[in-house]
Amino acid sequence: MSKANLLDRRQVVSTLLADRKDVVAIGGLGASTNDMCAAGDHARNFYLWGGMGGAAMIGLGLALAQPRLPVLVITGDGEMLMGMGSLATIGLQKPSNLSIAVLDNEAYGETGGQTSHTSATADLVGVARACGIVDSRSVTTMAEVEAFAKAVHDVTAGPRFANVKIDSANLERILPSRDGTYILNRIRGDLGFQPI
Amino acid sequence: MHARADAADTAAESSTHWPDDIFATLQRFDVRQVPYVPDAGHSRLIQRVLASSTMRGIPLTTEEEGVALLAGAWAGGQRGVLLMQSSGVGNCINMLSLIPILRFPFLTLVTMRGEWGEFNPWQVPMGSTTQGVFELSGVKVLRASTAAEVAAVLEAAAAQAYNALTPTAVLLSQRLIGAKVFTK
Repeated sequence: MSKANLLDRRQVVSTLLADRKDVVAIGGLGASTNDMCAAGDHARNFYLWGGMGGAAMIGLGLALAQPRLPVLVITGDGEMLMGMGSLATIGLQKPSNLSIAVLDNEAYGETGGQTSHTSATADLVGVARACGIVDSRSVTTMAEVEAFAKAVHDVTAGPRFANVKIDSANLERILPSRDGTYILNRIRGDLGFQPI
Repeated sequence: MHARADAADTAAESSTHWPDDIFATLQRFDVRQVPYVPDAGHSRLIQRVLASSTMRGIPLTTEEEGVALLAGAWAGGQRGVLLMQSSGVGNCINMLSLIPILRFPFLTLVTMRGEWGEFNPWQVPMGSTTQGVFELSGVKVLRASTAAEVAAVLEAAAAQAYNALTPTAVLLSQRLIGAKVFTK
């Protein structure tokens, strides 16, 4: 069901990645990883098909290893709720090149649309800010998405967090590769690392 | 604090040096990211890591964060090691599935509870299944039970983890670190 005034997830992700330059993007388990693929496959796309709750931490490890590269985690509200402690870990480390965008449809879309905690009481922007991620934004317009997409490239002013309210429409699945070794080594190769 | 409950078992001097042996080995293998959930048995090593200019100690809220962090670190070209206590191994189980899927180097050093002179019964169930959990999850297990063998076990573990991409856990036995003594 689509509600009025909520953003379209594909349009949000396309905008986040439209002028991506050297961004490494991590897509959380679920529709977020499909949205990233729908925006166009890329050697620096880290698609997750499992490890629920781990997307933000993968982003942190990458951001600390490559401090001059913008690293963008794109994930869903359910995946972020499972890894909520990682916001505290990120708030402590303060990686200035890490950005997290949560696509918040207030539901577990992959499993039948059961409502998530963000539909009622949980405020992820408040959590992120309280964990020390000072630049934490509630995003409800495409203009705000565009501003966040631009900010992602500033690797001196993060970490930053955006909770983007999207509609809960289930879209056609655009499936990226499921081969984790391929996905990871493609990123490493693009960053100039040799196989072991 | 951990204190030796069986002081006659190991010479006091050698029992204080093994965390430095671990640190030296990790340095030699160019380990850069060290996520951890604190444990008394790791306190000396954590101090060394936090004082290091080449390693970054990263406190976690739960151990599974460290597994995901190491995957990201490797994507970005860095090696890491996860420090935790045996109870934390259970917290990692689903995230351990990233290791065979992504094939990144995985080394974890686990201080054991729930064995050798344990006082607290609540530590025993997870301490008893720690090795089994790793093995079922595809992580090879090595164990160091005396201070004298720590350096050699670490060397072997780091070599197979980083050179052969063999996911490896080193269990630092409670006999080595000393059973925790509860006193007023």
